[in-house]
Amino acid sequence: MELTLWTYEGPPHVGAMRIATSMEGVHYVLHAPQGDTYADLLFTMIERRDRRPPVTYTTFQARDLGGDTAELVKRSIAAAVERFQPEALLVGESCTAELIQDQPGALAAGMDLGGIPMVSLELPAYSKKENWGAAETLYQLVRGLLKQRMPAPGTPKPDPARWRAEGRRPRVNLLGPSLLGFRCRDDVREITRLLGEHGVDVSVVAPLGARPADLQRLPEADANVCLYPEVAGSLCSWLERSFGMPTVKTVPLGIGATVAFLRELHGVLGMELPADLQPDPEGLCPAERASRLPWYSRSVDSTYLTGKRVFIFGDGTHAIAAARIASRELGFEVVGLGTYSRELAREVRAAAKELGLEALISDDYLAVEKAMAEAAPELVLGTQMERHSAKRLGIPCAVISTPLHVQDVPARYAPQMGWEGANVIFDSWVHPLMMGLEEHLIGMFRHDFEFVDGHRSHLGDGAPAVAPAADRAHGDGAVPLAVGHGTPAAGHGQGDGGQSAAVAAAVAVAEAPAAGAEPRWSTAGEAELHKIPFFVRSKVRRNTESFARERGIAVIDAETLYDAKAHFSR
Amino acid sequence: MVLSPVSADAHSPSSGPASPLEVVRESGQREVFCGLTSIVWLHRRMPDAFFLVVGSRTCAHLIQSAAGVMIFAEPRFGTAILGERDLAGLADANEELDRLVAELLERRPEIRTLFLVGSCPSEVIKLDLAKAAERLNRQHLGRVSVLNYSGSGIETTFTQGEDEALKALMPLLPNDDADQLLIVGTLADAVEDRFVALFERLGVPRVRSLPPRRSSDLPAVGKGTRVLLAQPFLSGTARALVHRGASLIEAPYPFGVEGSRAWMAAAATAFGASAETVAAVLDPLVERGRRALAPHRERLAGKRLFLMPDSQMEIPLARFLSRECGMELVEVGVPYLDRQLMAADLALLPPGTRLCEGQDVELQLERVRAARPDLVVCGLGLANPLEAEGIATKWSIELVFSPIHGCDQAGDLAELFARSLRRRAALSFA
Repeated sequence: MELTLWTYEGPPHVGAMRIATSMEGVHYVLHAPQGDTYADLLFTMIERRDRRPPVTYTTFQARDLGGDTAELVKRSIAAAVERFQPEALLVGESCTAELIQDQPGALAAGMDLGGIPMVSLELPAYSKKENWGAAETLYQLVRGLLKQRMPAPGTPKPDPARWRAEGRRPRVNLLGPSLLGFRCRDDVREITRLLGEHGVDVSVVAPLGARPADLQRLPEADANVCLYPEVAGSLCSWLERSFGMPTVKTVPLGIGATVAFLRELHGVLGMELPADLQPDPEGLCPAERASRLPWYSRSVDSTYLTGKRVFIFGDGTHAIAAARIASRELGFEVVGLGTYSRELAREVRAAAKELGLEALISDDYLAVEKAMAEAAPELVLGTQMERHSAKRLGIPCAVISTPLHVQDVPARYAPQMGWEGANVIFDSWVHPLMMGLEEHLIGMFRHDFEFVDGHRSHLGDGAPAVAPAADRAHGDGAVPLAVGHGTPAAGHGQGDGGQSAAVAAAVAVAEAPAAGAEPRWSTAGEAELHKIPFFVRSKVRRNTESFARERGIAVIDAETLYDAKAHFSR
Repeated sequence: MVLSPVSADAHSPSSGPASPLEVVRESGQREVFCGLTSIVWLHRRMPDAFFLVVGSRTCAHLIQSAAGVMIFAEPRFGTAILGERDLAGLADANEELDRLVAELLERRPEIRTLFLVGSCPSEVIKLDLAKAAERLNRQHLGRVSVLNYSGSGIETTFTQGEDEALKALMPLLPNDDADQLLIVGTLADAVEDRFVALFERLGVPRVRSLPPRRSSDLPAVGKGTRVLLAQPFLSGTARALVHRGASLIEAPYPFGVEGSRAWMAAAATAFGASAETVAAVLDPLVERGRRALAPHRERLAGKRLFLMPDSQMEIPLARFLSRECGMELVEVGVPYLDRQLMAADLALLPPGTRLCEGQDVELQLERVRAARPDLVVCGLGLANPLEAEGIATKWSIELVFSPIHGCDQAGDLAELFARSLRRRAALSFA
């Protein structure tokens, strides 16, 4: 039993719904009690879908439990097949139905469904979650549709370069894009275009927009592109094992990854690497010019991005990619990295280790919020949950991963992958921050009366929450203490918090509550404290207080503050 | 009003005196929330209470999705998610629950009342939350009251969760036979204040509310208590109060000018107010309310309305929209029909109104498509799909979150429905 306030992932049958709803011609009969139909609104509201999800719920009630719920399941299946005439049927159950053990899949198997392929889904609701359910459903559905076509054991693997002999362009499947995934609609378009530019056709995109007959064509492609490992990982490895289809595993998020993706693709398909993907003497690759991110990042305005502290949390794929883009392509300093995807914990841990961090693997949003506060970032890249936490802490935030809000399904073309995706990422991560010269000017004029604490963004993200955030950090005792703000010049004069906050975090120590009188701040001490960048101010306050307490200092003045700073900077 | 606390069962087939209304009963796929959803407004009403659902990840996901946005730092509700170990009996679910509650109370010392809320899975595995509440009450004696009720979808729909929560509070209400008016059902604080002030002017000696604003500040109940239901979904609570000696004031529900006036007048009369006093206090409100309503009535009059079953507010809303806004009722769906608690509103529906109790959502949507109504009131799962078919909708969940009770709110209430039509008229892409 675990206490959950907000959850990153829904139950596994919601993952199954994502597959069914992403596709055409599939219907899902779900044995579930009244109330579970709430899941429809995820699609009709967040994705603004113009159709109901293709799901028939049995919506049993207590009075049905005394009777024959199995009969209700069969009735629902028969009615759904007659009404919707699907090309493939998924049958499964939600958490409560799992307990009453009607085995809807077995019931469906015993029915005459007029030859419609039926896949029984067993998604353990008490141990698994949404992404696992989506991956399992996609895998089971494809397996069910392809089981008649499996090559006999011992059949040699098809040659991924056979396109050449067959006198056609190479073709690949794009696997994993789904509804309620992050920007999948636009990623598919961007990657399809990118592949086209390199002479590669897209055979099947699945599950998004695919019909069951399309899934049956999967083996006709030369290779699979695993765009979203959370959803397509199991399917890709099964297609590799059973049909000998190679998988392109690099996820093209960011410039470096897009180049690596294209190189891997060319290698897998036995294509010659074009000149613009070869690194030049400076290690650059001409193809990168297809995106503005590299130049924007090198341009002088972006100097101010140097060392910006970012905290990253999301699904495994997007978190890992964000860490790489942030650290290498934008020159940020990653001060926290984590994921709620336990399936990808190993990969995230490895990525964190490379950055000298310990990954946070958790689906407890309070633990994430706490880690965020402790890391004192200047930018948060997270999910909708982190957006709320960051707002409370007064930190700018960009959303990089599911779970989604309706605003993460924008009307405009806004991919994350490929060259255009990198452009979108540059804009959406940099805009919440105060920009270039503006930051410099505010640093210069920060002592003028117009300067308002927390005014860091055109978008006004941080301003109102700053004081409560400080109070909160001050009040709840959960935030470890840190003090110190780099070089005094940087910390006090220029308003450049990056460097200083780094030092602050580096000297973070755990709180040691001590008995005795609480030290009091003198006016001069408070004034000095207010010269410290506000996002580390609460930590400095706590650390100085703990320093004063330990030494029995009753009144904290400016000198105490600097003594504390020196103490913690050792 | 004669109300039998014993035989009345909201779920029993609707029989009763011959009615001029056409009642259809349907069973099939129901597109309504379960009672857990009520937590979304109950926890706001009682900020010193915590609602702990004992259930699955689905329960947690439902409340989060129904609430729409995750705006709270740490919400005053949560889900104790059952894991495989709890089900396999490897971990004693009760011990686990005790541990979790102890941790929760330590973290949230401001909590005075803890509701253990049963869910579909906890009901199916027969986890005895009543016993758990008793045990936890002993463990945390004097610190917090632990109560339990079921918000499971197999037993409750959407708004019935509030009925169950209020019933759970019942044993804690002290006995007192003094005369008082008890308003039952969650109201927006501002609306409640307004009603209390008006009842004072109408000469009602003491006005209390259930649920109260503080979970520990519970009203008393006894022979002098006259119950005025502010919400139409509190069948069980009403019967439990009658069982405690209270009497029920029969009135239509306080939606719209007419309903609100009749509702307040019935209570005032029960406390001996003269017709002159009632008229003196309420007629100016009626006049002002009608003025506020008029522009919306212009847009709504003659338009055809279809209400899908959702919150149990459908019948009083249909009454308001037909009688005060001039809308034509195509079909009024309700999750269940409690004829006794709906009597006054049913009597005001136009003869021949088609009522549908229960739901088969596919058949109902076929009827919607066939009738092509001008406006459909429905849940969020259906709204965009219907809009995409060219049918205007008003999403019903807003009705349980918005201040819509009272004469002064009648204009706002009508506006919620008129807005859908106004917006359609305002948009042009030619």
